[in-house]
Amino acid sequence: MSVFSTESAQPQTLAQKIVARAAGVDHVAPGEIVTCKINLAMIHDSGGPRRVKPLLERLGVGVWDPDKVVVVSDHYVPAVDQESAGILKLTRDWVRGQAIKSFYDQQGICHVVLPERGHLAPGHFVVGGDSHSPTGGAFGCFMFGVGATDMAGALATGETWLRMPETILINWTGALGDGVSAKDIMLRLCRELGMDGGDYQVVQYAGDTIAALSMTERMTLCNMAAELGGITGLIAPDEVTATHIDKAGGDPGDWAKWRGDDDAPLRARFDFDAGSLGPQVAAPHSPANAGDIADADRDAIDQCYIGACTGAKLDDLQMAARVLRGRTVASTTRLMIAPASTRITAQAAADGTLATLTEAGAILLPSGCGACAGYGAGVLAEGERCMASTARNFKGRMGAKSSFVYLGSPYTVAATAVHGRIADPRPLLAESA
Amino acid sequence: MGRIWTFGDNVDTDLLAPGVYMKGPIEELAAHCLEGLNPDFAASVRPGDIVVGGKNFGMGSSREQAAQALKTLGVAAVLARSFAGIFYRNAFNLGLPALVCDDASTLEDGALADLDLALGRLTVAETGVVVACDAAPPHLQAIVAAGGLIPYLEVKFKGAAA
Ligand code: SF4
Repeated sequence: MSVFSTESAQPQTLAQKIVARAAGVDHVAPGEIVTCKINLAMIHDSGGPRRVKPLLERLGVGVWDPDKVVVVSDHYVPAVDQESAGILKLTRDWVRGQAIKSFYDQQGICHVVLPERGHLAPGHFVVGGDSHSPTGGAFGCFMFGVGATDMAGALATGETWLRMPETILINWTGALGDGVSAKDIMLRLCRELGMDGGDYQVVQYAGDTIAALSMTERMTLCNMAAELGGITGLIAPDEVTATHIDKAGGDPGDWAKWRGDDDAPLRARFDFDAGSLGPQVAAPHSPANAGDIADADRDAIDQCYIGACTGAKLDDLQMAARVLRGRTVASTTRLMIAPASTRITAQAAADGTLATLTEAGAILLPSGCGACAGYGAGVLAEGERCMASTARNFKGRMGAKSSFVYLGSPYTVAATAVHGRIADPRPLLAESA
Repeated sequence: MGRIWTFGDNVDTDLLAPGVYMKGPIEELAAHCLEGLNPDFAASVRPGDIVVGGKNFGMGSSREQAAQALKTLGVAAVLARSFAGIFYRNAFNLGLPALVCDDASTLEDGALADLDLALGRLTVAETGVVVACDAAPPHLQAIVAAGGLIPYLEVKFKGAAA
């Protein structure tokens, strides 16, 4: 190999640069298969220890580096029966046995806890044992979800292989109107691109709309790259990213260098105007069934749920509180709120958000996956209709097979709770102003 | 030498591993593999046979059983114009080669063919026609040769310990 590498001069996407660094090479072409060193591996109680333990035992090894593994119990918390209690006990015992220090037991949902505790940094190559692992892309990491066999291999060796994906650039310009949020952006994208529109490529978000979003709103965008079928979502780090990581006790490192070249080859590019976007609602049973809220049906909604990694971060709770301040939940429905982490609960308690929500009649649930995938309290009965701030509304996901789940932003869920049927949050916000 | 079984575009994970049989053992699940497209497939497929798909083979959920079902039936490889990303990963990790093949659609159902995995070449027995695929890189071929990622690592770790 010549020292005058011609390849390094080729324009590269941000994803290519991160993967090349992890693979120890100058350049990785799309379609090329490389082996990457892992900066961090994240697993949770459902897909983690109980699945990888037997595989690692078969190999006769433990995790490659306990300091680079983060374990979060979030799916079966708190235990509701013997089965979930057993899964949590297995998780705790295994973590102790492996001498893993970063274990967040019942502290919140993995995708939220990971950056909250400063574990993510720009340029890192991270694997997660969960399909919403793309959330980490908001911090400029290449983070993607893998299955149990993949994860066992990653934990045993500290490496994994990757077929280099291309990048689909999604550009948003203009200011979002009041009452419109990242969730609405994603539901619109699910409708426009479909659930396979991401085609296992990198979905990168850019434009001044994205630059103006908070980190937690950016997390919603990357989280739901999973709903677009992308391998991951990605946003180039900026000062907002660096400040956030710094405050979380992490190290943003050399963040400014992690950006794609302007002329890097893309699979596709899509442009959207934020100014013309209104609240979106996805009808059952797919996020791609999204449309303008005006087109949603007006039948009674039995349950309103603000929860999940996508929809119960501090920003999300504050959005709901803005709608609910001085109002009450309609007697024909119920509003349940599961803050995405215990730290968020504390912050929302400190700034008065929680009081606003509970005074309106919201019921607080433990931090965890909970009702999002039918794991914990808040499951639906036959035929019940739910409006949720979660990411997915597949058939039967939140309970009975015959139940219906609608997706919307926390603003929309709160407005729906006030009216007892799907409602546009904007008139309520305007009234309060 | 194996028989070619052709399927179209967008063969999804529910067709490969039908949800209703997911709780049972893999053998039972495999007995229903692809029955939605070809009811005879699972009963008639022989070890060494080759499954050929169109675009986006293995789309849908991340369930590893989709690849495991084909592997359990003895399928030697899947050739397709393109693969869904998670299926592609799972296939190699479970020891089932997945080869990208632009000319997959020219292959005829029922033909006998010989696959050279290392070169990524499929030779149709009767006509002698050679169809080129993207050869899997040596590293993935080694995983396939070992029977999947876990047995591959098993050899690596035990070899290192010995
Ligand atoms: S909150 Fe829901 S979407 Fe998020 S990790 Fe948990 S189960 Fe998955």
